[in-house]
Amino acid sequence: MNESGNHQTEPTNMMEHLGFASGQGLQFGMYSLGDHLPNPADGSRVGAGERIREFIGYAQAAEDAGFDFVSVGESHQEYFASQAHAVILGAIAQATSTIRIGSTSTILSTSDPVRVFENFSTIDHISAGRAELVAGRASRIGLFELLGYDLRDYEELFEEKFELLNRINREESVTWSGQFRAPLNNAEVLPRPAQDPLPIWRAVGGAPTSAIKAGLAGVPMVMAHLGGTTSSFRPTVDAYREAARRRGFDPATLPIATAGFLHVAETSQEALRGLYPHINEGMKRTNGQGMPKQLFAQAVDPHSIVNLGSPQQIVEKILHQHEVFGHQRYIGQIDFGGMPYDKVMKQIETLGSEVIPAVKKYTASSENSHQSSASSQSAEEVSR
Amino acid sequence: MKLVVISGSNVGTKTRTVMEHVTQTVMAQNPDIEATLIDLAEVDMVFADGRNFTEYTGDTGRVTRALMDADAIIIGTPIFQASIPATLKNIFDLLPTGAFRDKVIAMVATAGSAKHYLIPQQQLQPILSYMKAQVVQPYVFVEEKDLLRNQIVNDDVIARLDRLVEDTLVLTQTYASIREAKDAAYGF
Repeated sequence: MNESGNHQTEPTNMMEHLGFASGQGLQFGMYSLGDHLPNPADGSRVGAGERIREFIGYAQAAEDAGFDFVSVGESHQEYFASQAHAVILGAIAQATSTIRIGSTSTILSTSDPVRVFENFSTIDHISAGRAELVAGRASRIGLFELLGYDLRDYEELFEEKFELLNRINREESVTWSGQFRAPLNNAEVLPRPAQDPLPIWRAVGGAPTSAIKAGLAGVPMVMAHLGGTTSSFRPTVDAYREAARRRGFDPATLPIATAGFLHVAETSQEALRGLYPHINEGMKRTNGQGMPKQLFAQAVDPHSIVNLGSPQQIVEKILHQHEVFGHQRYIGQIDFGGMPYDKVMKQIETLGSEVIPAVKKYTASSENSHQSSASSQSAEEVSR
Repeated sequence: MKLVVISGSNVGTKTRTVMEHVTQTVMAQNPDIEATLIDLAEVDMVFADGRNFTEYTGDTGRVTRALMDADAIIIGTPIFQASIPATLKNIFDLLPTGAFRDKVIAMVATAGSAKHYLIPQQQLQPILSYMKAQVVQPYVFVEEKDLLRNQIVNDDVIARLDRLVEDTLVLTQTYASIREAKDAAYGF
């Protein structure tokens, strides 16, 4: 298929490149899908412009609160406002100064990797080297029709474009040909990013199959999870590392981020009450099906992967997850389903003052090993 | 309560005949029920291609939406090659995995031979269970000899269909009230 060329230089150690090897503890981030949904409490919905400015406000607040990372995703359908997510990320880059900025996710299947790279390379310069790109395949397919792609190419569109994107990132001059785009002949894709290379992650759902592809490509993985027990996602993490190892990559050089719902309140019951309507009504609108209360109620279990509860409960859950996965970054989805601006801001503040310092304290200086002894102790406390 | 009756084949009239009777029985037993008969012979369905059910258009979009919105579904199926017809299987393939959670589903089969009696249980019920339906345990099996010129001519079949509809309605109401009480108990 594609010419693989002679680009077998030593792969960048992404663990070091992204600063995960410095012993600072688990990185903490927040992400938005870019949804634009009514508040289920009163059915009201802010305008698209206000919603877009909210993302920028959250990024500034997250930076002030000590978050390491903030990101916005791309979606081309009703009830979303972040179709042009790279533009929003450019504004966030300008409005912030230290927080890392990413996409969760960039739908690479329906975009030209050259244009995507140009965008993110530019964001990288605006932000002085803080940009990251998470590439995904889209969980909904409205955009295939809108942007003129055939759903039957769903798998191959992504794989080909992802491979090309990584080539452009590694090589200053690219010669390439494939099915879905005009060939490149010693093409220089400019501007070159501030970071060399630009951090590019692969977005993975809960299932191991896509994690294996990330491992085989030797790229960092963002693993999203809607719900379920933490241990049920371990096979996905194992499959990722095993696939990387099989292909000759050292898993210790490949960071993992996990991503899922996050809601903090004084008690777990209040957290359930505060979050449920947003998730249930929001999922009805975006997926067609709500969340059964029975399933949602299980999120209070210390071994549930949904980070919902009091600050202390959330800290314990994240430490348990860190013990199980040995991941480098956790990113929480706080603003889904029409959560009002002031409530999200309050979440960011509480997480910054009560959750992030504790998570960092218990995970610091053990980053080089996948199992942290500090988090093992805490995990024992919660496992009962 | 929303109830959808499906006639699961695009050939022949036997299943359609029985499911029309079922629809009338539902309305006779409880006129407040919003009952809809969907005859797969009369709708233009595309094959499932993996997209979310909300993203289908035309008849396919209307049928998937009607099924997802239903509280109860009564499925009528002929037996083709010792299984359900492809038209009916396609309906399940169009829907998400947990599509039948909190729905009560009853089965009616029409067949040319009594030898197919266990087919609904062996071929259809596992799909419904996988998709999280509460399946009405008894089902009605109608043979060719029970029908004449688009009429049910066996009184016993009519009595069995009456009981099936009654069971479906009672179970739908019962599960709804159990769920209501349980959801209220969660306190969120």
